[in-house]
Amino acid sequence: MASYFARRVFQGLLSIVGASLVIFLITRLSGDPVVLMLPPEAPEEVVRQVRESLRLDLPIWEQYLGFAWDALHGDFGRSYRWQMPALDLILERLPATLYLSVVALAFSMVIAVPFGVLSAVYRGSWFDRFAKGFAMLGQAMPNFWIGLLMIMLFSVKLGWLPAFGAGTPAHVIMPAIALGWYPVAAQTRIVRSAMLDVLDSDYIRMGRSVGAPERVLVWKYALRNAAIPLVTMQGVYFAAMLGGSFVVEVVFAWPGMGRTVVEALFSRDFPVVQAGVLFSAVVFVAANLLVDLSYGFIDPRIRHGR
Amino acid sequence: MAVEADVPAATAVRAGGRRFRVLAAGIPYLSGGLLLLLIVAAVFGDALTPHDPTLLNLRAAFMPPAWVEGGSWAHPLGADNLGRDILARIISGARVSLVVALWAIVLSGGIGALVGMIAGYFGGWADVIIMRLVDIQMSIPSLALALILAAVLDPGLDTVIIVIVVSYWAWYARLVRSEVLSLKERDYVALAKVAGCGPFTIFHRHLAPNIVNTMLVLATLQIGQVIIFEASLSFLGLGVQSPDISWGLMLADARGYITNAWWAITMPGVAIMLTCLSSNLFGDWLRDALDPRRRQL
Repeated sequence: MASYFARRVFQGLLSIVGASLVIFLITRLSGDPVVLMLPPEAPEEVVRQVRESLRLDLPIWEQYLGFAWDALHGDFGRSYRWQMPALDLILERLPATLYLSVVALAFSMVIAVPFGVLSAVYRGSWFDRFAKGFAMLGQAMPNFWIGLLMIMLFSVKLGWLPAFGAGTPAHVIMPAIALGWYPVAAQTRIVRSAMLDVLDSDYIRMGRSVGAPERVLVWKYALRNAAIPLVTMQGVYFAAMLGGSFVVEVVFAWPGMGRTVVEALFSRDFPVVQAGVLFSAVVFVAANLLVDLSYGFIDPRIRHGR
Repeated sequence: MAVEADVPAATAVRAGGRRFRVLAAGIPYLSGGLLLLLIVAAVFGDALTPHDPTLLNLRAAFMPPAWVEGGSWAHPLGADNLGRDILARIISGARVSLVVALWAIVLSGGIGALVGMIAGYFGGWADVIIMRLVDIQMSIPSLALALILAAVLDPGLDTVIIVIVVSYWAWYARLVRSEVLSLKERDYVALAKVAGCGPFTIFHRHLAPNIVNTMLVLATLQIGQVIIFEASLSFLGLGVQSPDISWGLMLADARGYITNAWWAITMPGVAIMLTCLSSNLFGDWLRDALDPRRRQL
C-alpha cells in the first residue's frame, strides 16, 4: 500500500517537473522578453542589468533551475503589465474560477445523475435515447458557441440574464451551463453503467423479492453504490474545468484565472502565463493523483497490480 | 483535459422497438454522408459557391436568411456585417477545418503510433521515458498548452496544426502502446521473432494490421474534437487569421454584432455542431462495425 502511494506521488511530482520544463522552454522560444519590457532606446547598461536580473545571461539549464527554484517558492516574477507578483495575480483571480467551476460541475451532476439513473432503469426506452442525444449535443457544440447562443436568447432577446461580468448569482448561470454541458455525456454514461451493474446485483434482487418499493431501491440503495465511481471522478472533471475555462471566461468577461491568462498571452505577459498554466497543471496532477489513490484505497486489486 | 479521452458510448441499439432500429440503421449513412459533404465542400468549395466568400457587398449587409422576412435566396443563410455571403463562407471555412483536422490527426496519429509501438514493443527504458513524456503531456491542460504555443509561434494555419499535434499525440501513443503490449504476447508474434524477423518486419507485418482499426476509430472520433479545438483557438484570435476563413473566426467576428444578426452567430456554429455529431456518430458506428465482439451487445 505504502509503496503504491509513494510510486504514484513520485510520478505526479515528475509530471509537474516535466510540465514546468515544457512551459519554461516554450515561453523561452518566444525570444527576448527584455525587448518587451524596455523601450527600444534604452541604454546598453540598463539592458544588461535587466538581462542579468532575469538570468538571461546564464546557460539555459541554469535559467531553468533558477525558474524552478523560484517557482517552488511561489515566485514567478512580476507581471509586466499589472506590476504585481504573477502568482498573486493568479491567486487573486482564482476564487472566481473556482466558483464558476463548482456551479458548472453542480449543473452537470444535476443533469447527469437523474439522466443516468433513469436511462439505466428504463434501458432502451425513448428516455434512454433522449438522454444520450442530449449528452451528445453537449460534446458536439463548442462551449463558447453555447455561451453565445444563450447570450442571444436570454440576454439580448428576453433580457432575463446579464450577458457578461460577475457580481450577482444571475451572472454565473450562463457561463456555468456553457462550461458544464460538456462533461454531462461522460457523467451520464458513468452513472448509467454503474446503475446497470448495481441494479443487477443480489441485494437489489433481494430487496425486490421482499417487496421493497422500486423507487426506494433505485434512488436510495442502488444509487448510493452507483455513485462511488461518479464521486471519485469528480476531481478530474473539476480540475479539467479549472484548466479549461479559458474560452468561456473570455466570452462572458468572467473575472477569473482563465481570462487573466488569455489576456496575459496577448500582452505577452509571460510570468502570468507561466504561473497560470503551471498552477492548473499542478491542480490537474493533484486531482488525478487523488482519484487514483482513492481508487487504490477502495479497490485492493489496483494497488497490488503491476 | 482528461475528459477529452471519453468517447461517446456505442450507439448500438441494445433493445427496443423496430421503428428505432430502422432509424438507427440510418445513422451511419446520415453521418457518413454529412462527412462526405464536408469533404466535397472542402475540395470543390470555390466552384460550388455562388458568391466569392470574401466579396464585400454593403447593400446586403445584415441580410437575414432567405426564409426570414427581408431575406433573399441570393444569400440563403444571410449575410454578415460586411454583406459577405455566410453560406459561401461556411463552405470555404470547411476547407480550413478539414485541412487542419486531417493534417493534425494524420501527424499526431503517425507520431503517436510510432512512439507507442516503440514503447510497447521494446519496453524497458524506452517505455519508461516515453510514458513519462505522455504523462507530462497529459498533465498540462491541452487548451492551456495550445494557447502558450500559439502565442509564442506566429499565429496561422501551420501553428494551429502543430499545436493540435502537440496536444493529441499522447492519446495515440497510449492507445497503441497498450495494444502492442497485448499483441506481442501472441504466439504468432513470438514465432515471427523466433523465425528471425526483425522489429521492422514485425511492426509492419504483424502489429500494424491489428492496430489500424483501433486507430481509425479514434481518428474518426477525434475529427470533431479537433474541429472544436481549432474553432476555440481561432475564436480567441490565436488560430486561423483573417483573411483565411474558419468557422471559429466567423463566430469571433459575429460576436461583435451579436445584437444585430442572430444568423451570423448561429450558422457557423451549426456547421461545427453537425460536423462533430457526424464524426462522433460515425466513429461509434465504425467501432462497432470493425469489432465483432461489440456487434452483439
